[in-house]
Parts: sequence; structure tokens; C-alpha cells
Amino acid sequence: MTSLPARALRAGRLALAAGAAMFLATTVAQAQVAPPPGPTVEAIKKRGALNCGIDTGVPGFAFQDNKGVWHGIDIDYCRAIAAAVLGDPDKVKFTGTTAAARFTVLQAGEIDVLIRDSTLTFTRSTVLGLDEVAINFYAGQGFLVRKSIGVSKAADLQGATICVITGATLELNIADFARSTGAKIGTLLFDKPEEAIAAMEAGRCDGYTDDTGSLAGMRSTLKVPADWMVLPEAISKEPLGLHIRSGDARWQKIIFWLDNALKSAEEFGVTKANADQLKSSSKDPFILRLLGAEGDTGKALGLDEAWALRAIKVAGNYGEMYDTHFGPKALALPRGQNNLYTKGGLHYPLPIR
Amino acid sequence: MTSKGRALAWQAAAVVSATAVVLYFAHNVTTNLAVRGIQFGFGFLWAKAGFDIPFHLAEWDVNFSYGRALWVAGINTLFAAAICIALSSALGLTLALMRLSGNLLAAGTSRVLIELIRNTPQLLQIVFFYFAVLQALPQMRQSVTIGTSVFLNVRGLFLPAASGEAWDWISSATIGLVVLVAVLWKRMGMVVPRLLVLPPVLIIGLVAAGFTAQWDAPVLKGFNFVGGVRVPPEILALALGVSIYTSAFIAENVRASILGVHRGQTEAAYSLGLPPGRTMALVVLPQAMRLLIPPLTSQYLNIIKSTTLGAAIAYPEILQIFARTVLNQSGRAIEVMTLVLGVFLVINLLASAGMNAWNRRLTLQGR
Repeated sequence: MTSLPARALRAGRLALAAGAAMFLATTVAQAQVAPPPGPTVEAIKKRGALNCGIDTGVPGFAFQDNKGVWHGIDIDYCRAIAAAVLGDPDKVKFTGTTAAARFTVLQAGEIDVLIRDSTLTFTRSTVLGLDEVAINFYAGQGFLVRKSIGVSKAADLQGATICVITGATLELNIADFARSTGAKIGTLLFDKPEEAIAAMEAGRCDGYTDDTGSLAGMRSTLKVPADWMVLPEAISKEPLGLHIRSGDARWQKIIFWLDNALKSAEEFGVTKANADQLKSSSKDPFILRLLGAEGDTGKALGLDEAWALRAIKVAGNYGEMYDTHFGPKALALPRGQNNLYTKGGLHYPLPIR
Repeated sequence: MTSKGRALAWQAAAVVSATAVVLYFAHNVTTNLAVRGIQFGFGFLWAKAGFDIPFHLAEWDVNFSYGRALWVAGINTLFAAAICIALSSALGLTLALMRLSGNLLAAGTSRVLIELIRNTPQLLQIVFFYFAVLQALPQMRQSVTIGTSVFLNVRGLFLPAASGEAWDWISSATIGLVVLVAVLWKRMGMVVPRLLVLPPVLIIGLVAAGFTAQWDAPVLKGFNFVGGVRVPPEILALALGVSIYTSAFIAENVRASILGVHRGQTEAAYSLGLPPGRTMALVVLPQAMRLLIPPLTSQYLNIIKSTTLGAAIAYPEILQIFARTVLNQSGRAIEVMTLVLGVFLVINLLASAGMNAWNRRLTLQGR
């Protein structure tokens, strides 16, 4: 039998351990359920503007017109988020980021979300501590080559020299492709696309490589676009999308469902033009929930009921955005993988209910 | 407290507060890294690189490690720096002598060039030279051909490569011998100038070695010349851009140093009957060197750092290969930038130590 003081001591220890365990449990629980809308949105509301990281200039995704106004699908996404969170699509501060600096800028907290035709890779997810919340463009790495060199597919590029910009996954993809096919493709590395393109036009290299979406844009800026062609196949998978820092689950959910809302809108025929009207006239419960006429999707996200309606009214649904920037009247890039799943594409919006 | 004690106390306070600031920021970095779930370490240097380095003097293969990429890119940086230092020194001296020559045309030309060069941004000059070089060179199918196996086009200068055991032995032995003799020339009691004897010896040795070698000539195959050695246009543009820019500053340093030598020295040389050329070479320049070396050291250190501008025109040096490609692929921003800064610090400290040693030697030789 143990003495009384010893027992008291043990009981004390037990109580201490239990207390510590409870304390730990509550901290963990608090971390899991930070009240909506979460710290990032609180910060955005306090600031009165969304800090959105974008490309420094690539047609289709983000580029400035001669009045200094930004255009592109990434820009539309930034504005849609601002409309949903702050109620005003113009309350966005755009930060142009280079390929090399973009993730550091996001990690450091200078931007709330990075929408910059960026691919999520294993390294970026694990080592950099980032999450790719949604994919707004399915691309692949392709080649833009001079028509006169007579190449019809990437495997024919044996011995060719390709101009590449550094700071992306492009060089590694070329080396991987060359290793897997046994072709030897030389690369010439540039800091910025302008120099790479100019060197290519001067004949220093046989072609230029980038994501297929960007290539179509680049080709349109060449001196004689007709002399150049984009090779039909891609040598890699480049799911481009919206990146945030890991750690704010609430912010992640808002971005994730906003992307789903834009794509669902296309699936259910909700457009920029008819959204307001459908909110009052539609009989479809799914559309009514999406536009905030029924249910409480906004409350669950920590936003108001009309969050998705406002986002859709910025630049339309996903299909409308694509048409504006990549459609026949713009860069004429076929929708392909970027169509909805119902039309043979890869975009499969999750049900909002 | 004595004034010495007060000074000591102030110094101690300065050291303590500087240490505190450094520690505070180091602590911030570690905490922030931990909060964002980023690990810190240099283990990634042993990971496989997987990318190609388009121009390399040291051996390179896509299967080599990131650490090896730092070495290969470092050699490229040193190569570019060495070329630029030699070229800018020669150009700078020429410009300075032109300016001081008293010839109106030469002095005017030099003055206009110097003002034009040093008052425009360096990066712009490099990019300008790159595209000027690219535009000036012919397309690949219209290569300028020298003999049967030397080609010059927009992709670079293609030369035949020599290989074979006898070639390796004879060529390296000749070069080694010539360098050794050149260094020991005066100690060996030779009277004839070494520039008259040694270059022919070098050429004869290399030609003899060339007869024993197997020659791998570049051949146009598919998109590109295959085989041989290639000197890319990027190194040419970088060498021109950096050297011409720096030569303007070196020229002014040289001019200041020459004007800093007392006029009496020149007059004394003239009164002894030395002609102007020999007065400059034997009396003025050796004394000007003492004034020149400290500012020249700064210019050389600037050149080493300026080679990083090669990243803009596809010259694969440390900044481009390591601080761009490796940083992006590994995601190790802090480690990579620390390494790049460290490498430049070491290179520049060594260069400046060498220049300071030279400076001391010249000073001791004086009065």
C-alpha cells in the first residue's frame, strides 16, 4: 500500500496530465473550427481590398491593355472573389509576380491568393506549404515552332534548340521528355518571355515552349504569326489554378466553392445576363440555391446569400470567361479539356447543396 | 569614466545591439518558417537536377546533382568574369591613352565613347549587344565557313574538337612549360623579351600536338551542328556588354592615375632623352599602377557581380542556373539565395585579396 502523500502526488500528476490533454484538445479543436469566414477574409475585409497575385503579362490569363486595365481569365477570377467577399469586383489590388518570385510572395502573405497560370506540383504542395484549391485551366506544355523547319510532332524535335523561360517546371519537363523518348532537345534559358521570343524570332532557337494556353497568346504577338505553329501535342500535364497558403481552411472553402459556383452556373445555363432574372423566376431548386434565393450557402461560408450571384455577374460563368479570353473572337483556342464534363472536358463542378 | 573607457563602452553597446538585431531577425525567420511548415536544410544539394545546362565548361549531365549544377554554373561565371576582366582592362587602358594622347580626334572619340557608355543602363547595353550580335550573324543554313570545319552563324561559333592521348599530353605539357618559363623568365637571366620567344614556341607545340590528335569536326545534322566545340553568341554578347560598360569607368580610373603621377617625372624622362612612348611605358605607367589598383579592384569586383546580368540573355551562370532553375525546382528559396550570396562573397573576397597582395608588392617596390 502506498503512503497517502504519494497517492496525492500521483492524483495531482493525473490531474495535471488530464488538464494538459484537455488544453491540447481544445487548441486542436479551435484550430479546426475557426469561425467563418476565417482569418484571411477578416483581413481582406479590414483592408477593404483583395490582394491578388497575377502574371506580369500573358494574353488570355493576365495582360494590360493600352489604358493599363488588366484583362484575362485569372483577372476575372480575382474580381469574382472580390465581388463575393467584399461585394465589389473593383476592390482588388493586382500584384504582378514573376515566375521565380510568385510562391515566395504568397508564402510571405503579401497576396491572399495566387492566380497566375501556375501548376501545382508535389514539391510546391509539400515543401512550399501551398494548396491548389481549384483548377481554372487545364493546359499542357507545348511547343511553338517555325513552320519552315517541317516538324509535326514533339518527338521530331531531336537535336533542336528551344527557348525557355526559367523559374517554371518547363525545363524539367523538357529534360524528362527527352530522357523518356531518347530525343536530345537543347534548351536556352531566359529570364523573361520578351527576350526569349526575340531570340527565337532572330533564329537563335527553333521554337519556344510554354503552357498550351500561353502559347496561343504568344503566337498572336509575333511579327508574322502565320510563320509559326503550335505543335498539336503536349508533353506534360499543367493543371493551372488558384493557390493559397495552407492553414486557413475557411478561406480554402470559399475559393473552392466559388470556382464550383462559376462552373455550375455554366452547367445550369446561368449567365451574366440572366442571373438576376433567374433568381426570381427559376423553378430549379439547384439554381435557386446557387443564386441565394433558397438555402443558406452564404452563411455556411461566412458570406452573405448573394455571394455566388455577385461572382457570376462580374464576368459571367466559367464558359463565358473562357469565350471572352480564349474563344474564337480572342485567341481561338479550342475548349478541349477545358470544356465541362458533359461536353467531353475535364471541368466537373461539385454539387452545391 | 576616461574617454578611452567611454569609447570602449560605446563599441560594446554597438556590438551588443547589432547582435540583438541579427538574433531577432534570425528568430523571426525560424518561427515564420515553422509556422508555414517550411523545412530548412541543405540536403537537397544531393538531389538529381534533371535539367540541361546549355553551355558548360565543366562536365554536365542531366543526371548530376543540384550541388554539381552550382559548380558547373560557378565555372561559367568565373569564365565570363575572366574574359570580361581581361577585355575591359585592355579597352579601358586604350580609351584612357587615347584621351590623354593630345590628338584631337583620338581624345574627342574617347571622350564621347566614355560619356555614351557610362551614362546608359548596363542591362540595356547587354540586351542590345545580344540582339545586335544575333542580327549580325547569318542564319544557320547560310553559315560563314572558314576552311572546311569552322562555322559561324546565329547559333554560335563551331570549331573542330581535338581528342586523343598524345594530344592531351603534348598540348598540356607545352602550355604548362610556356607558363612556367614566362613566370621565371627574369630569374633565368634571359635578356630577349619573352613576347618574342614564347608565343612561337606555344604555337609550334600546339601544331605538333594537333598532328597527333583525332579531330571531331562540327557537321550540320537536322536542326543543328553536331560535334566539335561550340562558343555560343551569349558569351560574346555578355563579354561585350560587361567589358565595354566597365572599360569606361576603368578608363577614367587610369586617366586619373596617370594624371596623378607628378609632371616632374615625365619632364625628367624627357630630359634624359626618352621618347614619349617609352616615357609612358617605363616611367609613368609603373608609378600610376600604385594609384590605380585600389579603384581597379572595385571595378573587377563589379565585373564579377555584373556577370549575373547574363541571366537576361540566356548565359547559364550562377544566378540563372541556381537562383532561378534550382530555386524553382527545389523550392528552397532561403537556402539557394544564401548559397548564391556565399559563393559570390567567396569569389569576390578571393579576388580582392589577390588585388590587395599585388598592391602591396607594388608599394614595397617603391622608394
